[in-house]
Amino acid sequence: MLDLLWLLPALPLAGFLILALTGGSLPKPVVAAVGAGSVGLAFVVAALASYQFLGSGQESFQLALWNWMAAGDFSSAFSFYLDGLTVVMILVISGVGFLIHLYSTGFMIDDPSYSRFFAYMNLFVAAMLVLVLADNLVLLYLGWEGVGLCSYLLIGFWYENPANGYAARKAFVVTRVGDTSMAIGLFLLFSQLGTLNIQDLMHNAQDQWQVGSGVAVAATLLLLGGAVGKSAQLPLQTWLPDAMAGPTPISALIHAATMVTAGVYLIARTHVLFELAPGVQALVAWVGLITLLMAGFTAMTQHDIKRILAYSTISQIGYMFLGLGVGAWSAAIFHLMTHAFFKALLFLAAGTVILSLHHEHNIFKMGGMRKHLPIAFWSFVIGSAALTALPFTSGYFSKDEILLAALESGGSGTILWLGGVIGAFFTAIYSFRLVFVVFFGENHHPAKEITGFNMAAPLIVLAALALVGGFIHIPVDAVFSHGEAGHEEHHVSVFIHGLMIAIPIIGVGVAYLFFYSKTWSAEKLVASGLGANLHKFWFSGWGMDKLYQTIFVAPFITLARVNRKDIIDVLVGLLVTLTSFCNRLLVRTQTGYLRWYAASVMAGVVILMALGVLL
Amino acid sequence: MQSIPLEHGLILAAMLFAIGLVGVLTRRNVVFVLMCLEIMLNACGLAFVVASARWGHADGQIMFLMILTLAAAEVAVGLGLIIQMYRKFHTVDLNVLTQMKG
Repeated sequence: MLDLLWLLPALPLAGFLILALTGGSLPKPVVAAVGAGSVGLAFVVAALASYQFLGSGQESFQLALWNWMAAGDFSSAFSFYLDGLTVVMILVISGVGFLIHLYSTGFMIDDPSYSRFFAYMNLFVAAMLVLVLADNLVLLYLGWEGVGLCSYLLIGFWYENPANGYAARKAFVVTRVGDTSMAIGLFLLFSQLGTLNIQDLMHNAQDQWQVGSGVAVAATLLLLGGAVGKSAQLPLQTWLPDAMAGPTPISALIHAATMVTAGVYLIARTHVLFELAPGVQALVAWVGLITLLMAGFTAMTQHDIKRILAYSTISQIGYMFLGLGVGAWSAAIFHLMTHAFFKALLFLAAGTVILSLHHEHNIFKMGGMRKHLPIAFWSFVIGSAALTALPFTSGYFSKDEILLAALESGGSGTILWLGGVIGAFFTAIYSFRLVFVVFFGENHHPAKEITGFNMAAPLIVLAALALVGGFIHIPVDAVFSHGEAGHEEHHVSVFIHGLMIAIPIIGVGVAYLFFYSKTWSAEKLVASGLGANLHKFWFSGWGMDKLYQTIFVAPFITLARVNRKDIIDVLVGLLVTLTSFCNRLLVRTQTGYLRWYAASVMAGVVILMALGVLL
Repeated sequence: MQSIPLEHGLILAAMLFAIGLVGVLTRRNVVFVLMCLEIMLNACGLAFVVASARWGHADGQIMFLMILTLAAAEVAVGLGLIIQMYRKFHTVDLNVLTQMKG
């Protein structure tokens, strides 16, 4: 079975090829069967392979398919590497991916580009699986760029609206900044260590590099640049909220559950390098902390249901970065998995609400959806509870692990922990604000339940996973066996435990008072001077978009406008001027008088002969 | 038999060639230009023949035969062109034909 691991990316890729080559001529049920079926089969393969792999007790399994390219000392193979970390990733990608595909068969049913949608989705899943299965960084980069491409295509899926095209380009360009940094990182790693095979790389780095040496810091910084681009962390987080322009299942699959966590996976995969650069590893934690707080504040002020979830995604990935930064590798991956469950659930439930209200995104125009959409309501409650980390939901276990690891990491760990707890408080407020505003209160719109089996089943399965996913033990011990901080046994006081349980509950209570009982008024809070300004500032995502607009976009556009005639063209133009000058000179000799031509031929002969005689 | 010295023959050929060339360059009547070209060709032919006689090689004479053939062909084509030219422009003055001026 393990030898059939190649089927895992090959199945969705085949689905993509079938859908792309038939170009939308297949009937919708066939498209749905191919699109969702290929990912479902991939999940079956992943499950069987994982079962056999874990049963065999091996630490890792390698499958070399063929040599991709070779030049000089450099060679890169199409070969897959399976270990505990990969097992978690492939199961999450194909499992959650399949559920979202299944949901999409219902969600997208009225869309004219049904087939194109599933073609892109299948290509995405294939690329993502290549990313996590790759045993060398070049193949990983192939998947990395592949998912970036699919993200671009799917954000701009409804391309008739120019705003969506703009959002797609923004996502593509911003992540490209990170990708370039990562590519340079790969060049550096290859030039220093002579290989890009991940395991050899880790091995060589441990042998050859001192802890904290300059080259280790440079390499990890460049990799971190790639990771923050893909995972929408500070300072490259601005693309993710705009990425919500795509259909909701896309937001669930790509911009919440899988692709955006690729940065987390990358850092976890190359954790040995980061351990060699403790400064950069601390930076990872701080990036995570600042991002999670900023995104948390912003999420509280948004009123587009998908943007709230987008900022919450940024915030949760911030927690994962925080975990990575304090060396709690397995806790970060654990949170990655639980986050995939509950965030996919939240997005799909949000999609149901949006669809039933004819693509209404503003939460203040929703209200009272509890009675109309019971499945979406309960999904949302469970998802929000897990997101908030209420006790015994999946998010509780994973977030707890991260925060406790932060607390025990020493140094500035207490500040990181405190920041994380404050973040958890705001997480509770914005998630339950969403629940109270959307599902309680007065009903403004008549909405009808449109959940068929294919849309309800994924919600129910994901809701179950979001509830009990915390009890899954992820098999990554062997991967992170050395240098794992804050693993399993935490020795902290009951007070701290109590605090970490109480904070989210207090947050829910605050949300209740503001948005359900209306004891406190949020309107009054933002009416005054400071409140209004803060609200405006947070609403704009801390002015990051405006900042980048001023620093990068506006100068670039000005430069492009100035350079409309193209300065480089002047140089090329010189050549043209010179040639036409010579041309005008030569034209004068073309008199049309035949006898002149004869005379010049004669003169030429005489000159040549004279030269021949003289020289 | 007293043979003619090589120099004499070559000087004669050169003179004929120069006469022909001057004719080509100065005459405006295209018929005369054609005739002057014939003179130049024959000057070359004479040089070949003289040279072959001097060294006892047949090559030069063979070359002259080829020049003769070539001249015949050239005259045929040239006269044809002159007739066409006369039909189109009603003149045989070369200076009238300057349409190819750049």
